[in-house]
Amino acid sequence: MKRRDFFKRTIPAVTLPAFLDGWSLSALAQSPLLQGVGVANDNDRVLVLIQLSGGNDGLNTVIPIDQYDAYYAARTNIAIPQEKILRLNGVDQTGLNPAMTPIQNLYNEGKIKIVQAVSYPNPNFSHFRATDIWLSGSDADKTVESGWAGRFLDKEYPGFPTSYPSSSMPDPLAIQVGGIISPALQGPVTSMGMAITNPSSFYALLNDKLPVTDADTRAGDQLAYIRQLSVITDKYSTVIKNAAQKVKTQSSLYPAQGKNQLADQLKIVARLIAGGLKTKVYMVSMGGFDTHSRQTDANDTTIGSHAKLLERLSEAVSVFMTDINELGVGDRVMGMTFSEFGRRIKSNASGGTDHGAAAPVFLFGNGVEPGILGTNPAMPTAANVKDNVEMQHDFRSLYTSILENWFLIGQPESQAVMLKDFDSLAIVRGR
Amino acid sequence: MDRRSFFTSVRKEKNIAWEYETDLPPLGSGMAPLKGKLSAAQLTHLLKRTMFGAAPKELEHFKGKKPKKVVHELIYAEEELPAPPVNNYNDPDNKKQEENYFFDEEVAAGQTWVNSVTFNGKNNGRRRNSFKSWWFGLMVNQQTSLREKMVLFWHNHFATEANIVDNARYLYQHNQLLRKNALGNFRTLVKEVTIDPAMLKYLNGFANTKKAPDENYGRELQELFTVGKGPDSHYTENDVKAAARILTGYKLDNKKFESSFDPSRHDEGDKQFSEFYGNTVITGKKGPEGAQETDELLTMIFAQQEVAKFICRKLYRFFVYHNIDAATEKNVIEPMAALFRKKDYEIKPVLEMLFSSQHFFDPANFNSIIKSPVDFTAGLCREYQVQFPDTANYTDLYNLWEQVRNQSASMQQNIGDPPNVAGWQAYYQEPQYDKLWISSDTLPRRNLFTDRMVNNGFARNESKAIIDAVAFTKSLPDPSNPDQLINGAVSRLYNMDLPAADKAFIKSSILLSGLTGMQSDHYWTDSWNNYLANPGDKKNTDQLVKKLKALYKYLMNRPEYQLC
Repeated sequence: MKRRDFFKRTIPAVTLPAFLDGWSLSALAQSPLLQGVGVANDNDRVLVLIQLSGGNDGLNTVIPIDQYDAYYAARTNIAIPQEKILRLNGVDQTGLNPAMTPIQNLYNEGKIKIVQAVSYPNPNFSHFRATDIWLSGSDADKTVESGWAGRFLDKEYPGFPTSYPSSSMPDPLAIQVGGIISPALQGPVTSMGMAITNPSSFYALLNDKLPVTDADTRAGDQLAYIRQLSVITDKYSTVIKNAAQKVKTQSSLYPAQGKNQLADQLKIVARLIAGGLKTKVYMVSMGGFDTHSRQTDANDTTIGSHAKLLERLSEAVSVFMTDINELGVGDRVMGMTFSEFGRRIKSNASGGTDHGAAAPVFLFGNGVEPGILGTNPAMPTAANVKDNVEMQHDFRSLYTSILENWFLIGQPESQAVMLKDFDSLAIVRGR
Repeated sequence: MDRRSFFTSVRKEKNIAWEYETDLPPLGSGMAPLKGKLSAAQLTHLLKRTMFGAAPKELEHFKGKKPKKVVHELIYAEEELPAPPVNNYNDPDNKKQEENYFFDEEVAAGQTWVNSVTFNGKNNGRRRNSFKSWWFGLMVNQQTSLREKMVLFWHNHFATEANIVDNARYLYQHNQLLRKNALGNFRTLVKEVTIDPAMLKYLNGFANTKKAPDENYGRELQELFTVGKGPDSHYTENDVKAAARILTGYKLDNKKFESSFDPSRHDEGDKQFSEFYGNTVITGKKGPEGAQETDELLTMIFAQQEVAKFICRKLYRFFVYHNIDAATEKNVIEPMAALFRKKDYEIKPVLEMLFSSQHFFDPANFNSIIKSPVDFTAGLCREYQVQFPDTANYTDLYNLWEQVRNQSASMQQNIGDPPNVAGWQAYYQEPQYDKLWISSDTLPRRNLFTDRMVNNGFARNESKAIIDAVAFTKSLPDPSNPDQLINGAVSRLYNMDLPAADKAFIKSSILLSGLTGMQSDHYWTDSWNNYLANPGDKKNTDQLVKKLKALYKYLMNRPEYQLC
């Protein structure tokens, strides 16, 4: 048979998923003992973390209508016109960036919680350090190697990766779509998650399609073989494939693949949740938020690079919500956006903003306690370049709330995961 | 060794139905020498094949030179034989009170055991490990020379198994024999191996007497070591019997640790060989002259055209690519074999011809071999210039070598102990060949090894063998520029490029924490320059180191890193 035909033929045996690019081999074990390893909390709740990389400008996302004049004075070249701010039902003082209509709708349906001014004491203005802090949950002056989600999963699934997959937890503990495996998922010993680096590879896995490489060469032939082997080696690829194949259709509202990367990632997340994976944590991300210059159009601040990002974010979250509800798993899912810092109150001369401190966080899902937690940031009357949004909520309280009120893990455990005792906040409905 | 088990030890692991196509386009290139100076990629390719990985010092040393010069230096380097292994294996002092406390009564710690006359169950096991660690260390510390790669090649060719030979002195002697003759004369090498104690033990030569000739060596000498069993090799079963009779009489002296010829055990009759060997008759000789029959046997065998071809094919598979199509047979194997015969089986000229050739440097041959476990482990140590303890600290040094060597063993290449007399299957088993190194067990082990070498390394007492991510980065050109850093790392670790989209993804996800776009590059540049100016800035340094570690782990987890 000719080489070319190999790629087209159906692969018969059970053990042959197709090549998948970028699968992390982190979910490895020595021969799993397949003991029934007990799971501490057997609810089927899921958390979807959306990382906005670069530092989202919170002030132009969640806008303080009640201090509009000071807001406008502080950032005239990028301020959103008052009449264009999206209004929220029952809320006078706060509104959303005009690009965020889908999230406005979700808010009005009671599916959104906005938490104002989230940060931590002595905030750090370096992307890398700040990201580490948000992912690890550490204090600003400490370095912690593990991620908060990784520690949570380590508590839920002791002994990972040895003994896994097990009969009671045959699925990956955490899945990240897009990007390499996040430090957030780093457990005390090993990474607790696996990464689907490239959404199109995910579909290649499902459709048994090898990507076109120059496999007609000596090196290409070797590479193709190794990749094939690495798919099989990854114990979870079959599990994922089987779960995904249970879902026959998804919402027609998703944009075409490639148009909105976050939507592409969330589409896969929805599919895996609906396909029955017991995976508790999913991470997705979008970048581009480091808007130092020209974050809005010079003549129309309702459009521009920041607006585009918020538009994509809103579209992705909205269609994801529609999809998981249509798929019947809506009640199981809570989502949360986060970014390593907000941006400066005062805009700069290049039509953008520099690194700041506190910023709003969005939580979404059928299970959120809807509304806004906290107040608008205080706008200085004459903002100068040193002014930053002050913290109202510590991000670790948010994580603590999710652990205690969403995942329902007990107090001593949540404190161990978060490394300190933080108060939980009213973000989960009924708690 | 038991011939039966040879046939049953076929690998059962068939993980995937792979179509082992051999219809890849043939290469038109032949043995004509490559002209011009070596490019960086060509030099890297040459070094990754002739040495264990391409280390920075060799890349620097040979930069911009012509292939003839580089190849000549690699092959004709004058090297003394290395110092022998030492007693690194006494139990530590704090175990003195324990029941099984061991110390070598004859050989003091730090002194060599290779001349020891005591041999017992306790010291031999430790000495075997000492020998293996020492050997692995020779690979990690290799001189700028082809020699250590050739030792591995010949070990695979004249396979012996340490667990059967058992005696550490014999193992050491055999290994030095291979080393001494590695780039010498192949005929001499065959003769030396034939009467070498380790081989006599392994293939029962020492028990081969006229009363009941043992055919083991007589067979393997032909089937595996000289003419092979390809389509042009037609030795017969009678040839095996006749050879066995010729080889009767050798024995081992386990007190002097040498072999000798005992005429009283030798079959003195005439030995008739088949048409393949020109119907040669080797007349039987009495007394010590009986040993001369061995030389006549080898003369007869080496008169066969097939010997040169068989060895050249093995060299090709080991150094260039596993598949020999008709074009390669004609353009490469035949000229090599002709030269091999012409030079009376001197090894150097053939290797010089091969490594200087346009075929060897044909870009289609770059990255066409899956690294053997030894290449993978020892190569990593050399390419990253992993620091090992000083020779004076032999306890830690040998132990760290042993730990890395055990990794290679877990990847299914345990030096000194190939699976059987045919050597490691990856070097000969069609159709899979070197794909056999990669299985659902060994691939994760490779990844865990590279992760570990970045994260924690291997430790013993105060010593540690670990990749220094920053030092490696410093050895790349222009690490302050994130694009150049990735290009440099990719070309050093893979000797092939990655698609632009992949590199952009690596830059964004790993070096820039998710930031995208050219305007974000400066975050990396600032961090790197800050590190150089203020290494004491702990936050920045920790961040930087974390990212570099993530970068190298990621690059080594990609399949490209498995190739050389």
